[in-house]
Amino acid sequence: MPDLELTEPAEEMLASLWSAKEGEDEAHPDRSGPPARDATALAELRHLGLAEGPPAAPVLTPAGEAEAAAIIRRERLAERLLTDVLDVRGNVASAVACRFEHLLRKGIDDRICTLLGHPSRCPHGRPIPPGPCCRARAGSAGRVTSPLADLAPGQSGVIAYLQTQQPELLQRLLAMGALPGAPILLRQRFPSFVVEVGHTQVALDEETARDIYVHLTAPTRVSPARRAWLPPGLGRLRRRGRRP
Amino acid sequence: MAARLFRPLRTLLTGRRRGCDACPLSTPSTRRRVVLFGSPNVGKSVVFNHLTGSYAVVSNYPGTTVEIARGRARLGDVDLDILDSPGAYSLATLSEDEQVSQALLFAEPPDLVLHVVDAKQLGRMLPLTLQLIEAGLTVALDVNIIDEAARAGLTVDADALAEALGVPVVTTAAASGLGVDRLRALLAGPLPPTPAVSIDYPEPIASAVAAISHRLRAAYPISPRALSLLLLQRDRGARDLVRKAEPEAVAEVDRLVAEAESRFPHPLSFPIAVARQQAADRIAAPAIMARHRPAPRSLADALARLTVHPIAGFPLLAAVLYLMYLAVGRLGAGVLVDFLDHRLFRQWLEPPLIAFFQRLLPSTVWSSLFVGDYGLITLALRYSFAIILPLVGIFFLSFAVLEDTGYLPRVALLLDRLFKRIGLSGRAVIPVVLGLGCDTMATLVTRVLATRRERIIATFLLALAIPCSAQLGVILGLLSGHPLGLLIWAGVVSATFLAAGFLAARILPGEAPRFYLEIPPLRLPSLRNVCTKTLARLKWYAAEVVPFFLLASLLVWLAELSRIFPLLLAALKPMVRLIGLPADAADAFLFGFLRRDYGAARLFDIFSSGAMSGASLVVAMVTLTLFIPCLAQFLVMQKERGLRVALAVFAVILPVAFCVGLLLNLVLTGLRVPV
Repeated sequence: MPDLELTEPAEEMLASLWSAKEGEDEAHPDRSGPPARDATALAELRHLGLAEGPPAAPVLTPAGEAEAAAIIRRERLAERLLTDVLDVRGNVASAVACRFEHLLRKGIDDRICTLLGHPSRCPHGRPIPPGPCCRARAGSAGRVTSPLADLAPGQSGVIAYLQTQQPELLQRLLAMGALPGAPILLRQRFPSFVVEVGHTQVALDEETARDIYVHLTAPTRVSPARRAWLPPGLGRLRRRGRRP
Repeated sequence: MAARLFRPLRTLLTGRRRGCDACPLSTPSTRRRVVLFGSPNVGKSVVFNHLTGSYAVVSNYPGTTVEIARGRARLGDVDLDILDSPGAYSLATLSEDEQVSQALLFAEPPDLVLHVVDAKQLGRMLPLTLQLIEAGLTVALDVNIIDEAARAGLTVDADALAEALGVPVVTTAAASGLGVDRLRALLAGPLPPTPAVSIDYPEPIASAVAAISHRLRAAYPISPRALSLLLLQRDRGARDLVRKAEPEAVAEVDRLVAEAESRFPHPLSFPIAVARQQAADRIAAPAIMARHRPAPRSLADALARLTVHPIAGFPLLAAVLYLMYLAVGRLGAGVLVDFLDHRLFRQWLEPPLIAFFQRLLPSTVWSSLFVGDYGLITLALRYSFAIILPLVGIFFLSFAVLEDTGYLPRVALLLDRLFKRIGLSGRAVIPVVLGLGCDTMATLVTRVLATRRERIIATFLLALAIPCSAQLGVILGLLSGHPLGLLIWAGVVSATFLAAGFLAARILPGEAPRFYLEIPPLRLPSLRNVCTKTLARLKWYAAEVVPFFLLASLLVWLAELSRIFPLLLAALKPMVRLIGLPADAADAFLFGFLRRDYGAARLFDIFSSGAMSGASLVVAMVTLTLFIPCLAQFLVMQKERGLRVALAVFAVILPVAFCVGLLLNLVLTGLRVPV
């Protein structure tokens, strides 16, 4: 598919049409109400063969659907990036994400997706359309956030978020201390995942390990890469020094 | 009937000792009802044992305290009525055992809730303390297992913590008795007022709590604020409370909850938990000191690693199971039963007793009631005390050791992948292993499983293919001279277990269970705990088994007199002959329903008299293992899962057991396997 250069209003309209199709019950916090009726934008979409039907109730063509999925994907990945890595919270994140999305062109979104460990849901719990990188589960090296299930034994980090929508599982994990911000260390992957959360050892199955996303490098701490520059003894000294 | 049969069982589970209740030595004084509350593995039951000196099953896996243990203690002029609740991570409940804990607080708010926490995990357990305070209960905090925390390099400042929380705090290491005196002083001392706790919940929680609290007008055992928070987490117990107190408010409450939910993308338990944790962290930070470096890795750590090692873990598990087999099969069935049954009972006790009764009651009808083939003494008492109890005793002893070390959750972790195939999660390992001791007890413990589907599958498999230790002991004893037979028996029963589970998982609708389990540290078992636990279970078992055996003997005697028994036997005999067994074996199956072990013990008798070949023995053992569960298990199944499920399980097992027996008989005789 050619790389379409859409105007911002046209992209907005594509995204609204997608959201409307995704389900009325899932209220969109920043794009509520019926899709904007922007005649110029609609004309642009029709011209490119992305939308069809009467101007009052336009629908997406298959090509339009693919393009809209890509836009939604970029937007929700941007949301994840902002909340998880840059620690921008709440409505600010959604607002910034909308602007941010327009800047993410093809290819960059896949790199961000890889960086974040191919998340499947945005911070609001809505699904992120998967890209080619997700299907290949490409590039585990150099990512910032990753599902626990993709970590190697001995790797550690801080819990970024829990992805599950099952309230009971969520409640249990929270009760066992698996809250965002808790330090987590993966001990082993087989026959079950064994993790240490604080001073608690917890065994999990792989599906549950896939629902826990881990920050591999905490932004406020000395990263392992930087520590490696110091002689081993000095590194430990530093670490101890930071603790109150 | 059922209520009477279960009295011994309930006595065990509630730990209520008739003696204690019956003899109030002192004049009435200040009465105080104390509830021990806390997550699993924090030593609540050890604390309970220390305070009351009475019994509660102490263990290292979630779910042993399935019902509430109750004990008394007198400190100064304060009479304490202490209740030990099943482990609960939160006031909002998910599993049936947590519902028991919640119901305990809701039914009758205690004078004091003693929240027991693990010092190492203080930070993540404090949210529950806050929750209890928020509920308006009078709370004290027991920071337990400080010895393990000290080894991990952590010290807890009780005074700083008490100041920050506004409730009294003591530190203890209950297993070694450290700090228990301070705890006693606290329990007998003046009760503190409940402090106000302010947790800042984010929107939409805060406004929803305000709206729901405003709507709740009835008097509740917990504060409206805490109740609203539970309602927002869709807690069933809390909703039932409202429905009972003010049914007209339920619709409005539901609407407010749904409205709050629609305003937040995740389940509301998530922001509530995060807000509580943040508050707890603020409180815990000044009280926890990580002063020194943790102690170097000990041998226990190395062993703990080995038990869950991806490769070494499995042979280790096999070795542990083999050790248990040696204990039950060799020591129990071989040495102990041989001595008690053959020597003590048959050679020394029986002849004089038989002679005595025959002289006392010249009519054979009456004397056979006591010393006949199915006599109360020659059968019921001999089976229970000489054959069954030694076997079960040794099993319970080894199980108690396993429990106390914390090995069982590790078995769960090792076997989760296999158990997923049969529709269960690793968590189900606990009832299944316990089932090897007593299936009835294990059926009760299936409560710890998360979904109804998993509970049904576990109940079914326990009834079908898990032999209890009495049965196991008799089988191992019988087949000890036939290694090939033992192998065939084990192979066929395991294959049936896996195949039945596999099919059940395909047939029963519902999602596959998730597995998540806290793994406690590997601990050296304390002799005291192991002994009290084994003795208590054995007492329960004896109270359960002896009346059943006596009743069975009596029934058989009556049935024989009234000619019902021969009629039933005649009906069973063709089926028994069909699978290649002597017709005499029919009564073993009939007994098998009264007690699993009773049936096996009966076969033991028949075989000892030389009426069976090796092959038919193996067939009989397989069929009897798979055969319908005993009466007690059936009653518990009915109570826990409902009559429909119990009957369905019954209806499936009967043909399966006979078909497997039939097939095995055809194969063994067809191939002329030299068993």
